[in-house]
Amino acid sequence: MGEGTVISLNSAFLQFLKSVANSFRDLLPIIIVIAFFQIFIIQSPIPNINDILIGTLLVAIGLALFIRGLEMGLFPIGETMAFSLAKKGSIFWLFAFAFALGFGTTIAEPALIAVAGEAANVAANGGMIENTETAKSGYATGLRITVALSVGLAIVLGVLRILKGWPIHYMIIGGYVAVVLMTMIAPKEIIGIAYDSGGVTTSTITVPLVTALGIGLASSIKGRNPMIDGFGLIAFASLTPMIFVMVYGLII
Amino acid sequence: MGLLSDLFFTFLSTIKDVLPIALIIFGFQLFVIKKRIPQTKKVIVGFIYVIIGLAFFLVGLEKALFPLGKIMASQLTDPEFISGGIKTATDVIQWQEYIWVYLFAFMIGFSTTIAEPSLIAVAMKAQEVSGGAIGVRGLRIAVGLGVAIGISLGTYRIVSGTPLHYYIIVGYVFVVIQTFFAPKMIVALAYDSGGVTTSTVTVPLVTALGLGLANTIPGRNPMIDGFGLIAFASLFPIITVMAYAQLSEWRAGKK
Repeated sequence: MGEGTVISLNSAFLQFLKSVANSFRDLLPIIIVIAFFQIFIIQSPIPNINDILIGTLLVAIGLALFIRGLEMGLFPIGETMAFSLAKKGSIFWLFAFAFALGFGTTIAEPALIAVAGEAANVAANGGMIENTETAKSGYATGLRITVALSVGLAIVLGVLRILKGWPIHYMIIGGYVAVVLMTMIAPKEIIGIAYDSGGVTTSTITVPLVTALGIGLASSIKGRNPMIDGFGLIAFASLTPMIFVMVYGLII
Repeated sequence: MGLLSDLFFTFLSTIKDVLPIALIIFGFQLFVIKKRIPQTKKVIVGFIYVIIGLAFFLVGLEKALFPLGKIMASQLTDPEFISGGIKTATDVIQWQEYIWVYLFAFMIGFSTTIAEPSLIAVAMKAQEVSGGAIGVRGLRIAVGLGVAIGISLGTYRIVSGTPLHYYIIVGYVFVVIQTFFAPKMIVALAYDSGGVTTSTVTVPLVTALGLGLANTIPGRNPMIDGFGLIAFASLFPIITVMAYAQLSEWRAGKK
């Protein structure tokens, strides 16, 4: 106790200030872009300058805390779980974990809930379903479950690829071909939403966890290179929802 | 006190988002792996940092960036601004009149991607795994450029009214061809970077821009034409990240 604690607290605080400053540097481009357009192109004064200053400070502090939390929590836990599951040697539980991670993080994803709601409106306007609240909410829920299932399966498939050491590009190219084929037969209204749904499934918390899982697995299996084999789970998770959403649009 | 209650409610909803993940992780740890998590305390503190950090981040975005960005998107796509600046108002849409929109799309795409937390996470891992061959900064700039090109092309598509899938399919073909020439170690990471670019910061601003454009241009249906920008933003980073690796390899080869 005493002096040592004070010094380590102090240096922790300094460290934190430094990372807040780093976050500010990350945000600087956005501030410059918005200020430039506001002043020179739109030529109107910036409203609520106080709110903006406070907001930017909050964003910088939040980003600094998030990154610290990544290093302390999300990254180590993702990798430890990958190590432990690989060491346990049970393919079933490894797949179960991969599926649960994909499904569980997607089903509650706010961006997906928003997109599913929009899609239900499109479907109702296009006459694919009845224009009632029940029909729309049923459609939206079905879509969310579809996307969550597809992300769960995507992570399982991605984990299988890491185990087997299959090259990623053939699988992704196969996925692209499926997207192109589905585009030709899916209802026109669903295409834009389907393409966008690939981007919305991978949230800020899922990405670090899934990345850590892949790299942890690839480093714990002999003969796998974490750089070549460890990445790619996110790619699967962004590709399958496009296919599944178009299938969903076709069936319903 | 608006700010405190905003923080509180965002904090609660972030907990709600993290809860299923925490349940899965701790459930598996407890029932399947049946071992204590190494450094449990540190991991839990890390989770708390992530939750508080995200809550601060989201409230700050809602307070500062999103309202301003959305107002700007609607002002820039306003027909009065577009034709008022050019002074040759015609009924036919000239795609050249939207030059500021493309520029805004480019710059906002780049700058929001640089600040995207999930991209920072992946870049940190990539630097660690590649032993520094791929830098955090270089990867983020490559991805940011990809999103910038993607979104400005996407806004051009909305203005010109050409079908979305042509662009995406051509983009895919390009990616497939480029894959065979790119260094092998970058391929998986490049594919991943398509998915990570579009989350917390980029999506709301880009969606506002797309819907704003589709709403104000005659003959565009916001439901059909307003979507699709995210797809552009996920496709082009794959190309720029592979190009980044090709460029680094080529430069290393020249030395």
